[in-house]
Amino acid sequence: MSPHTFSGAARLLHWLMAVLIIGMLFIGVGMVSTVGNSHTWLVPLHKSVGATLLVLVLIRLAVRATHRPPPLPADMPAPQKAIAHLSHIVLYALMIALPLVGWSMLSAGGYPITVWGAAHLPPLMAPDRGLYATLRHLHTYLAYALFLTVIAHLSAALMHAFLFRDGVFQSMAAWRTRR
Amino acid sequence: MPGAYRLQDILNRRGLTSLLAIGAVAGGATAAFAYAGGWLAPSRLQPAPIVNALEGHDGRHEGFRRAHAKGLCVVGHFDGTGQGLTLSKASLFRQATTPVIGRFSLAGGVPDAGDGRVTFHSLALKFQLPAGEQWRMAMNHVPVFPVATPQAFLDFQVATTPDPATGKPDPAKVQAYMARHPETKAFADYMAKAPLPSSFANASYNSVNAFRFTNGQGQTRLARWIFTPEAPFQELDKATLAAQPRDFLFDEVAGRLAQGPLVWHMSIILPDVGDPTDDATKPWPEDRRRVEVGTLTIDRAVTEDDGPCRDVNFDPTILPAGVAPSDDPLLAARSSVYAVGYTRRTGEPAAPSALAHDTAFPATAGRQPATMEPAQ
Repeated sequence: MSPHTFSGAARLLHWLMAVLIIGMLFIGVGMVSTVGNSHTWLVPLHKSVGATLLVLVLIRLAVRATHRPPPLPADMPAPQKAIAHLSHIVLYALMIALPLVGWSMLSAGGYPITVWGAAHLPPLMAPDRGLYATLRHLHTYLAYALFLTVIAHLSAALMHAFLFRDGVFQSMAAWRTRR
Repeated sequence: MPGAYRLQDILNRRGLTSLLAIGAVAGGATAAFAYAGGWLAPSRLQPAPIVNALEGHDGRHEGFRRAHAKGLCVVGHFDGTGQGLTLSKASLFRQATTPVIGRFSLAGGVPDAGDGRVTFHSLALKFQLPAGEQWRMAMNHVPVFPVATPQAFLDFQVATTPDPATGKPDPAKVQAYMARHPETKAFADYMAKAPLPSSFANASYNSVNAFRFTNGQGQTRLARWIFTPEAPFQELDKATLAAQPRDFLFDEVAGRLAQGPLVWHMSIILPDVGDPTDDATKPWPEDRRRVEVGTLTIDRAVTEDDGPCRDVNFDPTILPAGVAPSDDPLLAARSSVYAVGYTRRTGEPAAPSALAHDTAFPATAGRQPATMEPAQ
């Protein structure tokens, strides 16, 4: 019989990445909208956490491939299930795309890609001015899309917890794996 | 457990209260995000209005830098003396040769402005260090800056923006600004009196802001730096500036480079106790201790159209390990504002530079296009 909760690894990655992603979204919009001294440490932090999140999402994909997520409740209406699946595909797509677009954008701009003050990632492409501008704008739009998707995900999770009361929220919020 | 998915399960007092609470959480998070992004924080000074002010001051010239629009690429190398390692572990300071590209420029946002102006002669550099590190500098021939803060920079741009009716700044606005900013007044007086170098080649170039240097032992101290030319200083006659050919300074340096390389010595300047390290309008006394850390050799000049510097953002906070920004509020602002300007101009088609067809520069035939230059 399949478990009612996500695996411990999946839950750990979910909540760790939740904190980092929400932090990244706030750092991102904050650092580009200030000329204050916080700009000088927010930008390196944003790059470092972004690279970390790219590694984490790859680990998470591997965990998902090896640990089947619990099925949605059998009596959940089909349209809701479809929306849930689609929203998760969008979340994963954006979690993968945002750091890759960020990395590409810095490459196209000829910038050094410094991570945690020490490592320097290789450029993904040769410098290209037009491509830089396109990717820079794309990074912003994808970030707004991720923020809205996260808000929708959070709202849906709370609806499962307080309206539907169907165990979906507990499947990710539980401390221990239940069968 | 069976879920409550039907509308009648939800449309009750408890369900509606939950929905309202969830809406409040989602709305609150969105409002917090909007605040962080500055949309709900109208008093926060953002980079875009500063770029807008530059465009308002000198016009919007598509594809060009919003400041220091007129420039020339240079290519060279840097040889460290090893002395700098006592102050910073930056790999540039090792006894080694580092490739560098750079850009001579004049201040102002008009890309085909004449060179005969009492303004900054500037040199920006990008050092390509081992293992992907870079050090970018954007330096001026004057050791101090007209404003100390980004807000003052914005106010100064707005106050000196030409009135469309007269083509000149409104003297009342300039006067009102100067009355509030004695440091800018002092700078203007200094610029009027100080000799202007006769060439890009015989000017000194200053870091303007202080930076934080950390050596291999973890000792940290604040410092400025200066590139001092080997070419002897000569003064430009300010009385005849207007009569000079439009591109005379760029042509002059091209002529010098055709004869041979140009050399500068980089020295780190150490402050005494009490010398301001967070105010770029305040000069340090001339007698401050200097440590010579290396020699910059510029071998050749290339127009921006064919050179490796046009699409580089000379953000002075792109620094190697061992050098970090100081608390000078201009540094963060330069980084933030340059980034906005860079995104704007790279999103516009690149237009030919003022020097594109200048006969002082070698024909472009046979030279690799800019995109093939190793800009990394």
